[in-house]
Amino acid sequence: MTLCQLFLQPDAAYACISELGELGIVQFRDLNPNVNSFQRKFVNEVRRCEEMERKLRFLETEIKKDELPIYDPEDNPDAPKPREMIDLEATFEKLDHELKEINTNADALLRNFNELTELKHNLQMTQGFFDEAQAHPVGVLEDMAGEREIELGGQTTATAGMKLGFITGVIPRERMVTFERMLWRVCRGNVFVKQADIPDLIEDPLTGEKVHKTVFVVFFQGEQLKNRVQKICEGFRANIYPCPENPHERRELAMGVMTRLDDLTVVLSQTQDHRQRVLAATSRNLRTWQIKVKKIKAIYHTMNMFNNDVARKCFIAECWAPVSELDRIQLALRKGSEASGGGTVSSVLNRMITREQPPTHHKLNKFTQGFQNLVDAYGVATYREINPMPFVLITFPFLFAVMFGDAGHGLIVSVFALWMVIKERSLKDKWRTQEVWTIFFGGRYIILLMGLFSIYTGLIYNDVFSKSLNIFGSSWRVKFGDEILNRRDIDTVQLEPTPYNYSGTREYQQMYSGTPYPFGLDPIWQVSENKITFTNSVKMKFAIIIGIIQMGFGVFLSLWNHLHFNHRYAIYLEFLPQIIFLACIFFYLIILIFYKWTHFDGLVSTQAPSLLIQLINMILLSYPTEPESSRTFYSGQRGVQTALIIFAVICIPWMLLGKPIYRIIMNKRRANYSTVTNHTENAEHEIDEQTHENESTKKRGVVLDVDLRDTDTDDILDDDHLHQQHHQTEVEMSEVWVEQGIHTIEYFLGCISHTASYLRLWALSLAHAQLSEVLWQMVLHIGLSTNGYAGSILTFLVFMPWSCLTVFILLLMEGLSAFLHALRLHWVEFQSKFYKGEGYPFIPFSFRLLLDEVPIEG
Amino acid sequence: MEKFAIALIFFTVFWGLIGVVLPFLIPKGPNRRLIQTMLILTSACCWLFWLCFYLHQWNPLFGPLLTTTDARILRELWSTDF
Repeated sequence: MTLCQLFLQPDAAYACISELGELGIVQFRDLNPNVNSFQRKFVNEVRRCEEMERKLRFLETEIKKDELPIYDPEDNPDAPKPREMIDLEATFEKLDHELKEINTNADALLRNFNELTELKHNLQMTQGFFDEAQAHPVGVLEDMAGEREIELGGQTTATAGMKLGFITGVIPRERMVTFERMLWRVCRGNVFVKQADIPDLIEDPLTGEKVHKTVFVVFFQGEQLKNRVQKICEGFRANIYPCPENPHERRELAMGVMTRLDDLTVVLSQTQDHRQRVLAATSRNLRTWQIKVKKIKAIYHTMNMFNNDVARKCFIAECWAPVSELDRIQLALRKGSEASGGGTVSSVLNRMITREQPPTHHKLNKFTQGFQNLVDAYGVATYREINPMPFVLITFPFLFAVMFGDAGHGLIVSVFALWMVIKERSLKDKWRTQEVWTIFFGGRYIILLMGLFSIYTGLIYNDVFSKSLNIFGSSWRVKFGDEILNRRDIDTVQLEPTPYNYSGTREYQQMYSGTPYPFGLDPIWQVSENKITFTNSVKMKFAIIIGIIQMGFGVFLSLWNHLHFNHRYAIYLEFLPQIIFLACIFFYLIILIFYKWTHFDGLVSTQAPSLLIQLINMILLSYPTEPESSRTFYSGQRGVQTALIIFAVICIPWMLLGKPIYRIIMNKRRANYSTVTNHTENAEHEIDEQTHENESTKKRGVVLDVDLRDTDTDDILDDDHLHQQHHQTEVEMSEVWVEQGIHTIEYFLGCISHTASYLRLWALSLAHAQLSEVLWQMVLHIGLSTNGYAGSILTFLVFMPWSCLTVFILLLMEGLSAFLHALRLHWVEFQSKFYKGEGYPFIPFSFRLLLDEVPIEG
Repeated sequence: MEKFAIALIFFTVFWGLIGVVLPFLIPKGPNRRLIQTMLILTSACCWLFWLCFYLHQWNPLFGPLLTTTDARILRELWSTDF
């Protein structure tokens, strides 16, 4: 990783950045951190981009409203040139305007249409009223608009003084009853209301919803009542329509309304078609435009980070780039310069020396990305330190499997993960808003490995949904006779573990063949009462063994780190005491475990040493003779153990004092050369400043990468991102003592506590096995133990709760639990031995990363 | 030759092939080192796991405790010969 300076011509800058964005391997630094975002150079362009994005969002909502499909572009559209941006803006403006116009027109037309529909119904219904009224002449009806006498069917029946006016209108059905009552009360019963329901659903002109409506006619006499009726109609928001009493006029009006309705329908459908066409055309290009606008915006954001050198008329950019990719970057710059018209001066890339810590970059693919995320969640690796990911790749699923250990459950998990992996392409963009799914999908390779290892450990634990497989034939046989097995006062018998006749009598029966079951746990243990006692022993021992080996491996990785950073002193002062301590006590414990496994059998079981007690006695330097399991069990044990303890104890002050004393010596040496170092310091200081003021950079030719070998890396591994003025020659001594004290205590106490912590491998596997067995015994067994047809039906019914509980409790809950514990084991117990994790990640300026971000759904 | 040693040799050779021989046969590519690491670690972990369970059962300190019913069933099911 090297810090580079780019000098870009203003015309070529845009094209060059576009090329670099496609490449996606440089991380730009902000050279204007103190500048407000509103005062940056390209703020107008960014604003224009945001305006374009807003218009595109509007278009997208309109397209979604009509449920048109949006086509995803097959290929990646390039970032458009600056001139294209103006064209795009114009296009968007036009589309935006057009669509808004169509919308307003459509709304107005629709409202008109609805009103006319109501009027039509109105006319139809009132036609019915007046026809009825013909049969019973009620009186002379007056139109409220005019005051003429109307002939009802040719008859003029003028009853004295009775001149009725009427109002017709349409009201929602649910308000009709209250409307009538209100009219009755207010007009003191002096009005006559007739109503008829409109059978179809009508779209209300104001609200746009479809409701049931009723047509009503209110007959009244006099002005006062007319006003009151009008006010009540307004209050109930009934739509009043004029209605001529003359049947001829009515018919004419009705026909007029019909024709207008027909016209409007045609116009409306045409408007809709037009809108569809516009939106369809847009939908084809929408995604491409969105990508283009995003790219333009990203480029201008990046260009805002540059330093504008007015004197030389060029842009200066600083970026981090991997050394191996410098050629590709040069190529991209050349392409950009040529594309923008081939100026006389092409863009220049210049490497810079810096004392800053570069970002950490790991080359990953879709398989390793998941595991790297697990490691990075704890801390991003310090620049150039060893990345634990390749080891975590296998040990994490393995430790998970030790805790999960069931071949049946492992099979289900593997199949699920396999489905996700095989259907990767199609599932990639589905359900992107469901966070739980994206988590599972992102970790599909992790889950696959976890499942596969679980199948293996499940077979070794001989546990398939809590039942054992007998593939090779058990090593145990029951050789008791009927006289023992048929006795009523005996509940249990224990098989003889010694495979040879130790007593010399005839009563001895060999029940154990002498050869263990070749692959995994013998199937007889599943049916025995003391299975847990037996498996506890082996699981605990394995947990300790794998824990100590993993911690030892971690300490060796720290050696690798020391070698890489050329910290010779750290090898002798940190690595050696650490590994010697670990070996003396804990590797010795592993040797004892293997010794006990191979040298003690059923005959001498009472004398078999208790390893825990032996370890405690070793540390306490006490060697009792009682009880038998605490006695020494090999000759010379006392001497060997005492020697080991002495070695181990020596390591503590070795590590505590070694490094600080070394530092004191180094400081003294540096103090002697202080005058010389002062000169070189000042020179470097000037060079640093010059680098930033760009005065002599062009003369600098080939610039060497940061040479970490002969510098004090504690300064480089500093978290400070700002430019340092000078490197420190003096480190505060008290700090060093305190730091080293903390590290020493942390390591030595950690050795013991972490070793015990690995016993969670045993604990969780026990819990899982027991849960699985309970589920089988209490749930599925009910169905399997019933006989006959009832049994088959019961099994069918019982399978559902059994499988649901298996999935939710055993797979999901236990799986999550084992995942968490395995992760903790890696983060704390494994990585604390060598991992610093104080880096910051390399986030390149890449269009691909930009476009992968989930768009925020409006 | 002890029967005990047959399984030991078989599995050691099996995981040895996977963990020691196979890494040399991985073709050159960007993922060569990664695959080698994976193979070595997998075979080491799996072999160790198998070995611990095998050794633990070799000289058992106590035998399985069976109910008399289960004992009778097993005596019939598995007969009394090894």
